[in-house]
Amino acid sequence: MLASDGAAIPIAGGTDLLVHWPVRVDAHDRTYMDLSRLDALKPFSWTRDELTLGALTTYWDVIQDPRAREELPLLVDAARQVGAIQIQARGTWAGNIVNASPAADGVPVLMAYDAVVVLESRRGREEVPLDRFYSGYKQMKRRPDQLVVEIRIPCRRYSYQVFEKVGARRAQAIAKVGLAVTHSGAGWRVVAASVAPTIRRCPAVERLLETGTPIASPEGLLPAIAQDVAPIDDIRSSAQYRTRVMARLLYHDLRDVWGKRE
Amino acid sequence: MKRREALAKLTGRERYVDDLPLDDFLWGMTVRSPAPRGRVSGVRFGKDVDWSQYVVVDQRDIPGPNVVALIEQDQPVLAAGYVRHMHEPVLLLAHRSREAVRRAVRSVEVVVAPEPPALDFRAPPSPGQIQYGPDNVLKHLQIVKGDVERALAQAAVVVSGRYETGAQEHVYLETQGMIAYLEGDVLVVKGSMQCPYYVLKALQHALAREESLVRVIQTPTGGGFGGKEEFPSHIALHAALLALKSGRPVKLIYDRGEDMAATTKRHPALVRHRTGLARDGRLLAQDIEVVIDGGAYVTLSPVVLSRAIIHAAGPYACEHVRITGRAMFTNAVPFGAFRGFGAPQSQFAGERHMDVIALTLGIDPVELRRINLLRDGQTTATGQVIRDGTDRLAVLEQALELSRYREKQGEHAAFNASHATLCRGSGLATFYHGAGFTGGGEVALQSRLRVAGRPDGGVEVLSANIEMGQGTLTVFTELAAARLGLEPEDVTIAEADTARVPNSGPTVASRTTMIVGGLVERAADDLRRRVGLDDTIRGAAVKQAIRTWHREHPGAPLFGEATYEKPPGIAWDDKTYRGDAYGAFAWAAYVAEVEVDLRTCAARVIDFVAVQEVGKVLNPTLAKGQVQGGVVQGIGWALMEECKWRDGAMANNQLTNYLIPTSDDVPVVRVAFLENPYPHGAGGAKGLGELPIDGPAPAIVNAVARATGADPRAIPLTPERLMELMDGQANVGAQHAAPLR
Amino acid sequence: MLRPYGKRMPTISISFTLNGSPVTIEIDPTHRLLDTLRYQLALTGTKEGCGEGECGACTVYLDGLPVNSCLIPTYQVRGRQVATVESLDPGGLEPFERCGATQCGACTPGVVMAAWWIREHPELLGTHTVRELMAGNLCRCTGYDGIVDSVAEALRETGSGKRET
Repeated sequence: MLASDGAAIPIAGGTDLLVHWPVRVDAHDRTYMDLSRLDALKPFSWTRDELTLGALTTYWDVIQDPRAREELPLLVDAARQVGAIQIQARGTWAGNIVNASPAADGVPVLMAYDAVVVLESRRGREEVPLDRFYSGYKQMKRRPDQLVVEIRIPCRRYSYQVFEKVGARRAQAIAKVGLAVTHSGAGWRVVAASVAPTIRRCPAVERLLETGTPIASPEGLLPAIAQDVAPIDDIRSSAQYRTRVMARLLYHDLRDVWGKRE
Repeated sequence: MKRREALAKLTGRERYVDDLPLDDFLWGMTVRSPAPRGRVSGVRFGKDVDWSQYVVVDQRDIPGPNVVALIEQDQPVLAAGYVRHMHEPVLLLAHRSREAVRRAVRSVEVVVAPEPPALDFRAPPSPGQIQYGPDNVLKHLQIVKGDVERALAQAAVVVSGRYETGAQEHVYLETQGMIAYLEGDVLVVKGSMQCPYYVLKALQHALAREESLVRVIQTPTGGGFGGKEEFPSHIALHAALLALKSGRPVKLIYDRGEDMAATTKRHPALVRHRTGLARDGRLLAQDIEVVIDGGAYVTLSPVVLSRAIIHAAGPYACEHVRITGRAMFTNAVPFGAFRGFGAPQSQFAGERHMDVIALTLGIDPVELRRINLLRDGQTTATGQVIRDGTDRLAVLEQALELSRYREKQGEHAAFNASHATLCRGSGLATFYHGAGFTGGGEVALQSRLRVAGRPDGGVEVLSANIEMGQGTLTVFTELAAARLGLEPEDVTIAEADTARVPNSGPTVASRTTMIVGGLVERAADDLRRRVGLDDTIRGAAVKQAIRTWHREHPGAPLFGEATYEKPPGIAWDDKTYRGDAYGAFAWAAYVAEVEVDLRTCAARVIDFVAVQEVGKVLNPTLAKGQVQGGVVQGIGWALMEECKWRDGAMANNQLTNYLIPTSDDVPVVRVAFLENPYPHGAGGAKGLGELPIDGPAPAIVNAVARATGADPRAIPLTPERLMELMDGQANVGAQHAAPLR
Repeated sequence: MLRPYGKRMPTISISFTLNGSPVTIEIDPTHRLLDTLRYQLALTGTKEGCGEGECGACTVYLDGLPVNSCLIPTYQVRGRQVATVESLDPGGLEPFERCGATQCGACTPGVVMAAWWIREHPELLGTHTVRELMAGNLCRCTGYDGIVDSVAEALRETGSGKRET
């Protein structure tokens, strides 16, 4: 269907698309493609090396999964901080990815776990690493005729992992700053949210970690942060606040790590 | 007694205005001004709409004066040629389909030739911004006691401070809404409201209808907090105009975003203190200036200002006081009633200032309160002699004890020294709240109430005071039952229908239990006398006498009545603003314990103790609920509720970006009551509803100051603001090792 | 029954289970489940507080999980189980009456739906606190203690033991 009508909007949990629905009368005139009954999009499965989330896998599905809590705990941390249970029961990881909000909660942890987005279309299957999926504000490497069908996450042994979401209250909050940091045999991943037009890795900060550069204070991180992100003032917070918080979270969360090399 | 309507609410059976079945009705919606000020040069109706299918109402359809009657007759029902604030109603539309009328609203363009709006109430207006009187001052008030200038000049120490409080949006979980229809010649308006008689008077006035041709019925109301005190009159008029024009029932329900953007909010305030003290901390002189933003129409600003200045000097003894108040006109969406009604604003300033004084003088903040709290025989700023016998020091002591205030100081010092990224602190506030209308206000209301005897021997309370969650139905039932010795099942509370109930006054000002409850008691006594019994007879004999009376007078109405009588010994002079401002004050001491995450500067309240003396607690569950609810509203106001303005209107008009606390954001609120029965309050009770929101904000901000060494002077104290304060200062008065470098 | 203006969209027929009984109805495809419940089926227990999934006043169960009905297009419930506050047994609500869970009542049906679900799934308290599980239900009147106390009482009565609040 998408091949013939690229303007059709796939809808899964609806937790973004239906917000303020009655007053957004123009949205009522568009065409929606209901994914909710497509059984093929439902299952999520583990193999020895990989977790595959289906397009319809919800936050709640992952919160309830004992192996996720064990092996990919940031997914559970992030899922628990999305909205509240009513949202977690409906919101999907795939929906979070294609909604492409710079403040998304699911995307940072997926990206820090090196998730791969699997897209299907009439033309075939395509896999895009999540950290290369976004090209600009609300722009992503999904053609209108493609559908996200899976999210594949490699299972690694992580020696360090943390997720921080800074919201204006403890639940039902949109992130003012989001951070997901992991370390495994594949190296450091530092992913930041709400501090740039897209959620992105922070290569300059990662380099400080990879090279074991000593950092003596949050201010010591500011030059690398300035290279990696570009926060703005908006209705929720200010650029200055976001920058300082990001520096402080990174500094303190990694206090025992700065200056050490593998 | 359990809340009598609890099961109906818990099961979803209680029906609010949008739940009521309605046949063949139209949905109404409002077309609003897109600009904060200017002349309406035209209204353009989109060409893609068949307007003949819509009911369209403008100011020409208003039968009477185009005025929403309140204190001043300055606010129009619909803007006529000129707009004074964003979202001001200009036109009304109705259609059978809600979707259709939504689309139609978007197809109407109100064209405004803009003029320079006044949007900062703190700044003196430029000549081009003057729109009210010579200086945009909606109201000016002053309280003078003694000689403040001389006392300041002679004081050993003078401490000044400037404090600000932001607007607050009510966020009642049920948005505003009305239904209007004609029943024969009678216009019936039903909806969510606190004051059926305010709505009645507004309808009579603008629709030029006599009282017998208008009937106002309050439907179960999902929260009010003052937001449904005066504003519902507007929606009532709008729905009524559409109903009158179309001849069909009209339902007008506000969307949440519309409700947040277009209705009233708590008045923003700026308060300045100049305080003269002796070195031991005794207050010698208080010079206070209170300025509030009234927005584009007078609404209730004079009364909010009045209460703000009366409470501004705090529950303290001081011989020389001058409090000056100004309510300013701006082109903001008009501000209105919100729980506390000026007292939270001025007491935030006063109680934060007390801690600033304490720090400046090197005195313990608790000791400073102890020295100055009013003792019996001393007078308030208006010269009211306090002699109620309440041990205000005991209120403070109990708060300190329950909160383990002293022990926690040591615990916090240890905690702060051992945590790199967290710090904790406690703060307190001692405060008060006068219940009922100020001064001669209750007399002016001439509240009247009836208790009818039913043929089955039970009674019905007929009152215009409504239930909006605070427990009116339950408390009135308890009072009537207790007075006559009946069971609660024998008592019904009539629907607040102006065709049936007398005007017992508005449901505001913490007056419903204390004052109107007193009318319930006296009307019950009057009923008992009418069936030939004296006040000592209670129980089955009363029921029997009522049944007998009905048998002997078939078809006749039987009711007892009571009209408000001022308690003896209360004298208020409205011209000099001196005397007994309120029949009774409730007194309180609150302690907040906070934890601040120094990485994000987010403060969290981790413990809260609320101690108050309220005369008599008539219903412990309801009373505790009022305190806990008010405290959490105060926590939100202090830390996370911020109105972000664009052109004088709320830009963050959504629950995603105007944040009220969730269950996970607040601790258990630990409540204790002291009792000292007030002889003129029903059952000995004093008003309680608003008191709890006066104290939390200063207690919390004082706690954050103690925890971090920062010196906040304004709320909301968002993480962004706290970070700015902490980064921009040397650690003045830090109680522990310097926080984050 | 509302009809959209202009582009007149045909209604669609859906079948689902509502409060334990099968139903088949014609719906306006632009309707949210909240609209269908309130305005078409006259089940007004479920309330609209915000229209954006923040306040939880519209909470219903979809296949046994609490969800915001203001964010669900009605067509998505075909073949599924929907339960509203009208399906709860009033007899079990006594702890909520006693502990002051409700004041104005506008948030209450949503609160009760979330709270009842917790009561039925006490194992969740091994990983979550009651306050976290109730954080999707905003209340402006109670300050939450009455609600949290009620849930604790309800859990105690089912023998799920004392849990922190």
